[in-house]
Amino acid sequence: MYGFEAMTFNIHGGYLEAIVRGHRAGLLTAADYNNLCQCETLDDIKMHLSATEYGPYLQNEPSPLHTTTIVEKCTLKLVDEYKHMLCQATEPLSTFLEYITYGHMIDNVVLIVTGTLHERDVQELLEKCHPLGMFDSIATLAVAQNMRELYRLVLVDTPLAPYFSECITSEDLDDMNIEIMRNTLYKAYLEDFYKFCQKLGGATAEIMSDLLAFEADRRAVNITINSIGTELTRDDRRKLYSNFGLLYPYGHEELAVCEDIDQVVRAVMEKYPPYQSIFSKLSYGESQMLDKAFYEEEVKRLCLAFEQQFHYGVFFAYMRLREQEIRNLMWISECVAQNQKSRVHDSVVFIF
Amino acid sequence: MGDVRGGCCPPMDLFRSEPMQLVQLIIPIESAHLTVAYLGDLGILQFKDLNSEKSPFQRTYASQIKKCGEMARKLRFFKEQMVKAGFSPSTKSEARGDIDVDDLEVKLGELEAELIEMNANGEKLQRSYNELVEYKLVLQKAGEFFASAQHSAVAQQREMESRQMGEESIETPLLQDQETTIDLSKQVKLGFITGLVPREKSMAFERILFRATRGNVLLKQVPVEDPVTDPVSGEKMEKNVFVVFYSGERAKNKILKICEAFGANRYPFAEDLGKQALMITEVSGRITELKTTIDAGSYHRDNLLRTIGDQFEQWNLKVKKEKSIYHTLNMLSLDVTKKCLVAEGWSPVFATKQVQESLQRAAFDSNSQVGAIFQVLSTRESPPTYFRTNKFTSAFQEIVDAYGVAKYQEANPGVYTIITFPFLFAVMFGDWGHGICLLLATLFFIVREKKLSSQKLGDITEMTFGGRYVIMMMALFSIYTGLIYNEFFSVPFELFGRSAYACRDLTCRDASTVGLIKVRETYPFGVDPAWHGTRSELPFLNSLKMKMSILLGVAQMNLGIILSYFNATFFGSSLNVWFQFIPQMIFLNSLFGYLSLLIIVKWCTGSQADLYHVMIYMFLSPTDELGENQLFPGQKTVQLVLLLLALVSVPWMLLPRPFLLKKQHENQHQGQSYTPLESTDDTLHSEANNDSHGHGHEEFEFSEVFVHQLIHTIEFVLGAVSNTASYLRLWALSLAHSELSVVFYEKVLLLAWGFNNIIILIVGIIIFIFATVGVLLVMETLSAFLHALRLHWVEFQNKFYEGDGYKFYPFSFALLGDEDD
Repeated sequence: MYGFEAMTFNIHGGYLEAIVRGHRAGLLTAADYNNLCQCETLDDIKMHLSATEYGPYLQNEPSPLHTTTIVEKCTLKLVDEYKHMLCQATEPLSTFLEYITYGHMIDNVVLIVTGTLHERDVQELLEKCHPLGMFDSIATLAVAQNMRELYRLVLVDTPLAPYFSECITSEDLDDMNIEIMRNTLYKAYLEDFYKFCQKLGGATAEIMSDLLAFEADRRAVNITINSIGTELTRDDRRKLYSNFGLLYPYGHEELAVCEDIDQVVRAVMEKYPPYQSIFSKLSYGESQMLDKAFYEEEVKRLCLAFEQQFHYGVFFAYMRLREQEIRNLMWISECVAQNQKSRVHDSVVFIF
Repeated sequence: MGDVRGGCCPPMDLFRSEPMQLVQLIIPIESAHLTVAYLGDLGILQFKDLNSEKSPFQRTYASQIKKCGEMARKLRFFKEQMVKAGFSPSTKSEARGDIDVDDLEVKLGELEAELIEMNANGEKLQRSYNELVEYKLVLQKAGEFFASAQHSAVAQQREMESRQMGEESIETPLLQDQETTIDLSKQVKLGFITGLVPREKSMAFERILFRATRGNVLLKQVPVEDPVTDPVSGEKMEKNVFVVFYSGERAKNKILKICEAFGANRYPFAEDLGKQALMITEVSGRITELKTTIDAGSYHRDNLLRTIGDQFEQWNLKVKKEKSIYHTLNMLSLDVTKKCLVAEGWSPVFATKQVQESLQRAAFDSNSQVGAIFQVLSTRESPPTYFRTNKFTSAFQEIVDAYGVAKYQEANPGVYTIITFPFLFAVMFGDWGHGICLLLATLFFIVREKKLSSQKLGDITEMTFGGRYVIMMMALFSIYTGLIYNEFFSVPFELFGRSAYACRDLTCRDASTVGLIKVRETYPFGVDPAWHGTRSELPFLNSLKMKMSILLGVAQMNLGIILSYFNATFFGSSLNVWFQFIPQMIFLNSLFGYLSLLIIVKWCTGSQADLYHVMIYMFLSPTDELGENQLFPGQKTVQLVLLLLALVSVPWMLLPRPFLLKKQHENQHQGQSYTPLESTDDTLHSEANNDSHGHGHEEFEFSEVFVHQLIHTIEFVLGAVSNTASYLRLWALSLAHSELSVVFYEKVLLLAWGFNNIIILIVGIIIFIFATVGVLLVMETLSAFLHALRLHWVEFQNKFYEGDGYKFYPFSFALLGDEDD
């Protein structure tokens, strides 16, 4: 269903859409990646990046660079752009933009909680958090002993609060619990985001539902693979899948009972034409390559979101693409720093 | 510039762009750096990138560029530090001779290390200083709190005691006695924590504390009036002093964690009053001690920064130069022997000698055994366009370049723009009062030119400043046209003698209606002031301005077509002369040239003929008699001939050129296949020099050429009509301008004057001034500017201007400063 976005979209969204499309034009191209892959040292990478939009962010870094500095500065650029867009946005775009960060928020919460569980320093943990997922009282998470406290103390103030309704228990936190909490939160988040996009309607709903469905399905597959061989029961596993997406509901039933990656998961996924291509590219036993295959597919879909005008999907797509780009840069820098240049292509996903 | 060129012809600096040549320099590697540096000083050579397929870090001098980048970073660090410390790098450049780059690098490294160490020390001191300040605040505020609490507690106790002393009434709780006694003996030990928390976080802090301890805390907060410097971040922020009372060890742990999470700094605090006083004095003492240490430290630091500041500009320039030199060197290709670098680039022909001189100088200065080789290459690639403009002409050239940079050596409309642009503007902006205001404004910029050009201006000021000479010309011309229109803020003056008209007799009191007769010679210059305010003023001025617009338009369009003739002869294309220039000339002039002629004849003879009628019936029924519309004998025959000429010139424009081009191409092609063998070597050689740009013979596609010609013809024929009509905007804008100024003058100023009230008059004058400045001087200037711009870009330049060249960007140190962000 297409609404009449073309008539009214530009009143509020036109400026930002133009901005985001301009930002997109600044994404690194295949030629850039080729050059980056040939770099010998991190300084070479810095030099190459100084000709791109990352230039101003890296130019004041003293010379012995570290991968973390590069990643940090590149992320800073993304954050700056995001903040600028958020400042300019009006409802409902601003809510949409905020939704994009909730995923990072969940990751940050999990990071801090796991970190405190293993008695890491809070400051150190805070530095590792993704800046997009920061909220005021994030450092206080360290105080919490169990899920209920976590919710009652800190998260009740954050936008994540509603997602917690399903996972409030008084059990003490442990690794397993936290992982389940992460997935439950993510499930609730994705469903909420999906609902929100449906409410927006028009091209946004159409494009975002496609992108979010892909995200949900990917998570479902990942959950399945990661939970094989653990003590998670089938019902519990089933509960972690989001209630939408291509796999919902029949694929979920089948995934829930999977016990083997190569045979069963593949068999399930190959019933769905869009995912067939992903799995057909992987030979048996290469399940660790699955991540990259999914990333490639995601990037393809995100790029397609830019083909259509007058919708909010471009913002989501842009943020995701930039994040992918930063992942790429991190991988390349790591490979260069550790002299593993032969592996450079293992995990880099070209965007254009 | 007094260089010799041919002798016979005067220099044509702006009429056509400078003749350029592609030169090749073969520079021995040891003198390459110096050579490029000298060429940069000269600033007259545009290097071609011969390594475009290589990525930046694969090039020869990548490591040097990295080094320069590192130095630039250090310099930026110094600058940042200087700005923080409140210095500005001094602009006085002490020419201390040349600094060696390697020395500079070492020096910068040392200075940076020194500065960083000082900063670290200073920071440490500052941090403890800030901590002490905070501590003092906590001591004071919490002390106050404790004192007042104790005070009230004492008062309460006293009250209680006094009540106990009195007779026990019924209201006295029975257990009170017991309570107080128990309180004293089995008192739960309440712990407390004091510290500072940022004010914006204080609410959340309180909330979290409450939730974490389930309300079993007492939090007391006192805002600190002045912003406090945070010891950790070193930023000034508003803070609250807090005291938290809690009970139990678990609560304490939680509170400590929360404090940490909120960035709340905790400080120990003694309950005892005497101890408090002691601590305050101790802390104050340490604060003063630290203060002196910090002051001494910052004095040293300031000294260091000042010495850096003295030479900062020099170093900065040096580093920038070095970086640009290495960037240029990276564009040169390394010879196979790796002993010399090969450079290719464009340079104006006149600069050959200068370039050679600096090559020799470089070879000499670098003690190189071999000099650089300079040779001119022949190429079919189109050279860049380079005009030698000065501060007066550059703005006008910018106006043209904004539309498109001229093709190499094509006729440059910029020359004519210098006069026509301000003139057309002035036709629309004719009022000598406004012109004088504009002139004064722009003279302000021109007088302070030296000062203003060195400093950074705002966006709009920058733009106005850049166009100051354009505006000056516009103002001068509008004073001129204003005198012709006889308008000074819409008021006419009898500047050039008295009006030629006067009342016939005493009865015509209201001279604006009827009854004026000519009593004197015609008013010598411009419009007779007597027209002002008469009923026929508007029809008269309209007719005048409309006809004038057409005359100006036809003249300018003719100039454009004539320029296309100069282009055609310059590029040696007789085809364009015979089948483009001549029919175009005929077409335009047989219609609108004829109209202009009629206008002039009508003005001279004072005929009553209706020109619309003449023009329309010239097409509709050319054979009819003209009757009373006849302006001169034989007009009918002339019209018939002109009409026929116009009709003939259309197919003349359209048909022959594509066919002739085709024939030409075929001839060339044939000729080529019959060329003797030895010359193929030559062509091969010359082709090898051409890069991918200059393909000698493009594919000739007849249909494309024909369609192109068709479009061109249609555009010209229709354009002749629409462009002439477009020049009527001169009249429209001029009318709008004069009517607006009349409205402001009469409806504001005269109306206010009529009230005979000083306040109303002042208000009226203020409104008048604002309306004049805002609407007439700013907005009308902009709109007239835009319309003049359009007339130049579209109506004038489409007659001849290709504008598909590219600008000449020489490698020059003088331009480096502009790139500064």
